Amino acid sequence: MSTIKILTGNYAVAWGVKLSRVKVIAAYPITPQTTIVEKIAEFVENGEMDAKYLMVESEHSAMAATIGASATGVRAFTATSSQGLLYMHEMVWWASAARLPIVMAVVMRALAPPWSIWNEHTDLMDQRDTGWLITLAENNQEVLDSIIMSYRISEHEDVLLPSIVGLDAFILSHTLEPVEIPGQDLIDEFLPPRPPKPFTLNPENPITHGGIVTPEYYMEFRYLIEKGMENARRLIVEVAKEYKNITGRWHGDLVDEYKCSDAKILIIVAGATAGTCKEAVDVLREKGFNVGVLRLRYIRPFPSSIVRERVSSVKSVVIIDRSYSFGGGGIIGADVASSIYGSNGGPLIHDYIAGLGGRDIGVREVERIVEETVRAMESGEKGIKTLWFDLKREVLE
Amino acid sequence: MVRSEKRGVRIMPLRVMDLDKEEYVLPGNPSCPGCPASLGLRMLGKVLGPKTVLVIPASCSSIIQGVYPKSSIKLPLLNIAFAAAASTAAGIAAGFEAQGKSDINVVVWAGDGGTVDIGVQAISGAAERGDNIIYVCYDNEAYMNTGIQRSGATPFGAWTTTTWTGKKRWKKDMPSIVVAHKVPYVATASIGYIMDFAEKLRKASKYKGFKYIHLLAPCPVGWRFPPNKTIHIGRLAVRTGLWPLYEVEQGVFKLSPICMPLLKKENRIPVIEYLKLQGRFKHLREEDVRRIQEEVDELWDNIRRKLEDARC
Repeated sequence: MSTIKILTGNYAVAWGVKLSRVKVIAAYPITPQTTIVEKIAEFVENGEMDAKYLMVESEHSAMAATIGASATGVRAFTATSSQGLLYMHEMVWWASAARLPIVMAVVMRALAPPWSIWNEHTDLMDQRDTGWLITLAENNQEVLDSIIMSYRISEHEDVLLPSIVGLDAFILSHTLEPVEIPGQDLIDEFLPPRPPKPFTLNPENPITHGGIVTPEYYMEFRYLIEKGMENARRLIVEVAKEYKNITGRWHGDLVDEYKCSDAKILIIVAGATAGTCKEAVDVLREKGFNVGVLRLRYIRPFPSSIVRERVSSVKSVVIIDRSYSFGGGGIIGADVASSIYGSNGGPLIHDYIAGLGGRDIGVREVERIVEETVRAMESGEKGIKTLWFDLKREVLE
Repeated sequence: MVRSEKRGVRIMPLRVMDLDKEEYVLPGNPSCPGCPASLGLRMLGKVLGPKTVLVIPASCSSIIQGVYPKSSIKLPLLNIAFAAAASTAAGIAAGFEAQGKSDINVVVWAGDGGTVDIGVQAISGAAERGDNIIYVCYDNEAYMNTGIQRSGATPFGAWTTTTWTGKKRWKKDMPSIVVAHKVPYVATASIGYIMDFAEKLRKASKYKGFKYIHLLAPCPVGWRFPPNKTIHIGRLAVRTGLWPLYEVEQGVFKLSPICMPLLKKENRIPVIEYLKLQGRFKHLREEDVRRIQEEVDELWDNIRRKLEDARC
């Protein structure tokens, strides 16, 4: 039986974690994430949640302990924000490269100095290269639903990558909204216990995890992460549909569109600001502006092909970026621009991924890369393409 | 086995025949000749057996385990970032506990850099929380894996590649730092007395909570002595009194039997006999040696006082 409660975004996270039957939580307090860990502590202490709770001494340890727990095969969770997320950063990489389906809530907050506890997305964007699936919620209902869906997607054997659910500091984290809490039986069916995997820590099957890999094999490990990321595109859509079937709710899949079909102007945005943009679109349409909102529900994997398609049918695009890369520009802006590259001419770009983990790039390799690109150009190829150079196919199969 | 709050765990002494005959550190691994870390890890497997999970932060043991797709360690092993060993192990212990698996030893096997320097925050956290893990620091007194740089565990006077004229500060007393967390079991050990280490490992595994063993691991490469002298140097460290072997069980300090005679100064070998065998100390002046000897004598005065206090 589902019920409606008035919840902050942070409490919606805690409810999502409870409904997902998470077994180990490790966390450290930081504003504005704190009420997540407080609420979960309450759930665990009063017996509403059957879980181990490690109150660690830092965010670095929070992710380390979450990694350890997840490596034993249980469902694990943590949450952080801002400075905490950056302090954790080394272990954020470790979690994804160790292929552990952890879910983490990130309450997106500005970075110091100067001190600021208020909202922006730079802390989250700083994780965009780490191999985590990254989704940003628009409202508290989506926060709860995304936590649950994220475990389903992350734990799928074709993905096995962790997920971040981002929610805007205060705008969602501390704002009360009505949230429908699905019945536990419904979620138990949607999200059964984590499927056992052959490479969890198990004395019956002693495996060395994460030992040294020479340039001979390292790059293939990285390619497999990218493959998981690509598979996630499909899973994100499938899981969102399935979730809609059982709850009736649709927040979008990789993207969420609002009045896009006839739009001539497109606003591209992520997170809670999208709600404001949708409101503004209604006002602007009254004034005669033909505007729509394309909300990036996921920024990793980046919904490149959808963005390319939607952008091609409008006359101008407005991007609202709540983050910045100094010396580089707006972060979503850069991803959008690269997604649409080539739709209006420009030279062919081949973006070769090469030399990872110390694999040698010699003069011959460069010759081959150039010759291959010239051949593609001559055959009429256009736009931008990412190519993994010289992968060992026999290892990947 | 008898458990008593005051006296701790009392068990029959460990014999060689009690050890697991299985090898958990396989031959052909890439450790250096005379490596104390592989000796210690081998013993760890033989004492704790197959129901053991290892957590190894960046250290010489990242190398000793071999290169993908092979491994020299026949126990489940999770490699982890330098600062993260204790907290990762805590998470593993919690994960097993959540699954009702209570018979698995979760063991951190970390070097001195990963313990007394970069790992100290995570250790302090796990010790204070009482996470159910065994933490073993194999202390070769410098960052050996990266090429013999000084660590907080490097002793006074020792040459390293970042202390060319000898370290000017004293070795960090990590076991005492752990004792301050009121954990059930802390012990020191030396590779020179391997069965004493084995005994302490076994004892640690009988306690629930955070257990800590600090194992002195003389490194032929970094300490500049021949590889066939690892055990000898490990024994001299103890018999000169430089590295006292003891346990702190449920807060009660106990000097290990091997060290009882050392309470009398005349039974302690002068430190020069230990120092002169190692290239890392060859530049020491007489006054440096005297300072080290005085430090050792003072250490033993403190140990005697501690034992007298315990008796009162």
